[in-house]
Amino acid sequence: MKQYSYFPGCGLSPEGFGRAFDWSIKGVNKVLDLEFKEIPDWNCCGTVPYDTLHEHASFAVCARNLALAEQIGGDLVAPCSSCYVFLSRTNQYIHEYAKVKKEVEDALAAGGLAYHGKVKVRKVLDVYVNDVGYDVIAAKVKKSLEGLKVACYYGCQEVRPIFGRDHPENPKYMDKLVKALGAEAVNFPLKSACCGGSLIISEEDASLELIKKLLDSAVSNGAEVMITGCPLCQLNVDAYQAMVNRKYKTDYHLPILFFTQLMGVAFGLDEKDLGLKTSIVPVKKALAKFI
Amino acid sequence: MPEAKTTTFIDEICAIPGGEDIKVCIQCGTCTASCPTADRMDCSPSHLIAMARAGMREEVLSANSMWLCLSCYLCVVRCPRDIKITRLMHVLESLSARSRLSNKRTTTPRMYKGFNKFIIRGGRISELWMMVGYYLRTNPLKALGMLPIAVSLFLHKRISLKIDKMKPEGIKQLNAIIDKAESSGGTW
Repeated sequence: MKQYSYFPGCGLSPEGFGRAFDWSIKGVNKVLDLEFKEIPDWNCCGTVPYDTLHEHASFAVCARNLALAEQIGGDLVAPCSSCYVFLSRTNQYIHEYAKVKKEVEDALAAGGLAYHGKVKVRKVLDVYVNDVGYDVIAAKVKKSLEGLKVACYYGCQEVRPIFGRDHPENPKYMDKLVKALGAEAVNFPLKSACCGGSLIISEEDASLELIKKLLDSAVSNGAEVMITGCPLCQLNVDAYQAMVNRKYKTDYHLPILFFTQLMGVAFGLDEKDLGLKTSIVPVKKALAKFI
Repeated sequence: MPEAKTTTFIDEICAIPGGEDIKVCIQCGTCTASCPTADRMDCSPSHLIAMARAGMREEVLSANSMWLCLSCYLCVVRCPRDIKITRLMHVLESLSARSRLSNKRTTTPRMYKGFNKFIIRGGRISELWMMVGYYLRTNPLKALGMLPIAVSLFLHKRISLKIDKMKPEGIKQLNAIIDKAESSGGTW
């Protein structure tokens, strides 16, 4: 069994809006024989708000999690795209700027911790397709998702800034996963476009416009479901879909799933363990043949 | 030789890690052409960079532009000079907030402030209470309009009344780390 440390982040915490992502990751991990060990008493990565208003402490706040992950050993898996970006950025800045390194070291020492820069931060999808592999995943499929048309929504921070896994604007590795599950990945030109992120709160009009474009692009290409690996993308396109429909007089009802939920369905896992009912736009009709 | 050291706006920007990239911009406009919110900005990302380099401190720091940055990093992966523009936007946000020049038409700084309070208090964010606080502070009527979404999220077990917090020792440790980092005085 391969082991990793695990940073669920606020979105995937037991009270978080993306808790079904956490549940389905755990279900899929059992099938793929992986163990994610949660960092004890982790703290919020701070993401953009903290970076913006507390530029010094934001590195130290992330580094506390990295220091705790280092004690566990192995790569650190951060499912949320924003957590992933900020944790890996902390590694990058510690490496590139001596002054950041010094300040982080001093700050961590004040909390009785030390970080030696040894933790590699990973995304769940990266671990599944690169450490486990498409062939192994395909071999675990109990109910092939044949005929299902899926829009793979990577979102921005799954692929940007450049992580070197795939093309930063036209990635393919989620499309290949969908194929391994027996389904079809439809053409989806906006696969790495932005959903508005947390600005759905303060810049609602701008974000709703982006969400509408995503839905237009996916549905006009025949998608029956959309999958994503980012809790904020999932929340925005799912929970705000009704608001888009009201504002633009559209009638979208596209189910938005975490890619791990779709894997779980293909692996024959119990739908309750995958949290399929936590989706605001009902998923049952689109997946009726498979659950 | 007398040391006549005046800090220019560019110095201020370059002092923050990542800010120094501003010097290598060639004004090609690729960032602006890539930005999903450029049309809503007082001045586009490349325009903002040009203004900053012309020393227009107050105009730059009071613009709404950087507060509309979605951190989608599209400009970053397309920039022919490898400028980390998203970081540059965060640097300008930081200077803007610190100088109390933040644009009054955008509520993003207030949203960010409300978010950050959770980190110090319990180390984790409660989506529900963060949003409740934000709408009550900025537009209480809007809070009513958000009720349908909130109820639907609650019924689908997507938000909780309960706030997830770290253990007391963890919160203490986190705050000791934050205090130490902040005590470096706001300058690098």
